[in-house]
Amino acid sequence: MSRQSESEGPTRRGFYAGAIYAIGGIVGAALGAPALIYLFFSPKARKAGEWVEAGDVTSLAPHQPVEMVFRRNRVDGWKVVSEKGTAWVVKDAGQGVTAFSPQCTHLGCAYHWDDAKDQFVCPCHNSLFSLDGKVLAGPAPRGLDRYETRVEGGKLLLGGLRPPSGSQA
Amino acid sequence: MRRPWAGIAAWLDERTGVPTAVRNFLAEEIPASSGWRQVFGGVAVFLFLVQAFTGVLLAINYAPTPGDAYNSLRYILTELTAGRLIRGLHHWGAGMMIVVVALHLIQAFLYGAYKKPREATWLVGVGLLLLTLAYGLTGYLLPWDNRAYWGTVVVTQMAASAPVVGPYLTRLLGGGGAVGVVTFARFFVMHTMVLPPVTLLLIALHVFLVRKHGVTPAPGDELLPRKRFYPGQVFRDTVAVFIAFAILFTLAAAVRVPLEQLADPSDTTYIPRPEWYFLFLFQTLKLMTGPLEVVGSVVLPGLAVLALTLVPFIDRGALVKVTRRTTAMGIVALAAIGWTALTATALATKPGQAPAAQVDYSGPTDWMQLSPEEMAGVAYFRQENCAGCHAIGAGASKPGPDLTQTSIHRDAAWMIRHFKQPGVVRPGTLMPAIALNDAQLNSLAAFLLKLNPRNAAALENAPDFATQGALVYQANDCGSCHQVNAMGTSFGPALNGLSKRRSRSWVERHFADPAKLSPGSGMPPYNLSSKDLDRLTTYLFALE
Repeated sequence: MSRQSESEGPTRRGFYAGAIYAIGGIVGAALGAPALIYLFFSPKARKAGEWVEAGDVTSLAPHQPVEMVFRRNRVDGWKVVSEKGTAWVVKDAGQGVTAFSPQCTHLGCAYHWDDAKDQFVCPCHNSLFSLDGKVLAGPAPRGLDRYETRVEGGKLLLGGLRPPSGSQA
Repeated sequence: MRRPWAGIAAWLDERTGVPTAVRNFLAEEIPASSGWRQVFGGVAVFLFLVQAFTGVLLAINYAPTPGDAYNSLRYILTELTAGRLIRGLHHWGAGMMIVVVALHLIQAFLYGAYKKPREATWLVGVGLLLLTLAYGLTGYLLPWDNRAYWGTVVVTQMAASAPVVGPYLTRLLGGGGAVGVVTFARFFVMHTMVLPPVTLLLIALHVFLVRKHGVTPAPGDELLPRKRFYPGQVFRDTVAVFIAFAILFTLAAAVRVPLEQLADPSDTTYIPRPEWYFLFLFQTLKLMTGPLEVVGSVVLPGLAVLALTLVPFIDRGALVKVTRRTTAMGIVALAAIGWTALTATALATKPGQAPAAQVDYSGPTDWMQLSPEEMAGVAYFRQENCAGCHAIGAGASKPGPDLTQTSIHRDAAWMIRHFKQPGVVRPGTLMPAIALNDAQLNSLAAFLLKLNPRNAAALENAPDFATQGALVYQANDCGSCHQVNAMGTSFGPALNGLSKRRSRSWVERHFADPAKLSPGSGMPPYNLSSKDLDRLTTYLFALE
């Protein structure tokens, strides 16, 4: 008792401890919540997806995939970078055009068209895809992803990427 | 539930000893006179932790080079949720840290807490004060806006003027006097990699010394029973932390920290001013000119630091009650008066803002959403006095139809034919033909298509400088390379927010010689008349 100059009875001690934990909790939450929001909320979108011109499709032979190279703008953090993009473009017998993303759906390697096999071949783990993007063999979990497409005046315009219709992503 | 917890604690204690160490720390005996006046040290440590926490969060989205720093900070402020709050906490936390460290020092000084055997504790404390100021100095440059750039130019020039060590300091700060990439890198490394570990080390040493010698007692304490640190004093510290945090959070949430224009070394109009806690030095410097300047910039601050370090060796008397320490009180009072007077003078003599484009944002600003073409249409609409015959929304009845009602039912081609030959398109109409060329009529039609009853009143508020500026914009076909409000092409940079990136003088000089001001730019030079130059720049600067 000799060192308790302050009246530190059990009630007072309990009040002190409670207040210390409560204030600690409030301050911690007021710092932690904004930090979590800051880290996990995605940045405000700056631009809706825009259509990019990939090239001329009037002269394409049907059922002959062609790798088209184009430039596009991509939002990268605080920058908009202009970069090279590619798409494997296939024209069907009519006027329909399909544009595949150039990455294998397994682990993102670049695949290519094998004329002899008449298939898309991924060199990394031997995934094989048909002309219409379906998985023929290998570990790829789904068919090739496609760009939204539009043809205006013979020019192919590419929009956003989407997984093949009817696939289990 | 208590038992398993006690088991874990016992296990941990046996292996690490941490629970016992914490218990011993909290059970520390402190003098009976301890109380609210000793809370400042704890609050300073808390604020340091807040600075470290928010600093890391900012660094996660920040690119520390002059090329990217400004844009990445803008990204944090405008595109990341809570980014503005985090930066606010860091900015105001820095200011509060200086206040709290100063209060801690004043308390220790008034109570004679530096006396034997606590001289080393005091010296480490002075070191921590200098570190706190060093954070303010180095962090000031990191936003890389005009304020940061020009403030740092002044600081580095001062350092260069120091006798003997000046040239060495210049070399250490990098870049031989100019503030550029090297200086920036060094300031960033100081701010984030050198100062924090040094601070941690000195805080640890400071606390160790406080514990070693005990909290400074007041005369008469030895007769009274001692108390324990926990929970009474911990409670007081926590309440003080809470008050400090409440103030900090309110400031961060309510007071917007400005981000000025991108640093512009060629801007000749910018008047740099330091952060408020350095204003007294700034003002001292104004009083000392010519050969005396170095006295104000280096000698006086140096002497002040020397005096602080010598305090425990000058005043070596026994501890007396604080009420009898009149000399100490006098010194604190004099310093406070001097600091306040200098700071107040600096604040009172603050020069007005340079007359930059002042846009009245209090009125409706829907006009800012219009494309330059539509804005030029507004100019033709006024020039041709269309409102003389046509009503725009509800109002007095006029001979022509209400344009907010009819235009939405017509397309641009019809309108242009109608403008050229009103009688052919609408037989019997009283409307005269409009003598404008095709491009101009296009603008007018574009504006009319945009017009509807909801925006009519706001569109009428479009200021003349904007419509006239848009005419210049259209006449020079700026939209063939630039975008405004997402209209135009993105060959050159978009022009919205230009005023936040560049100074007015820079933009005006850029028109005349783009290759000189932004090397590699494909923009041709434009020789605009001074009137057109003014209109176009004012218009572009008004676009958010």
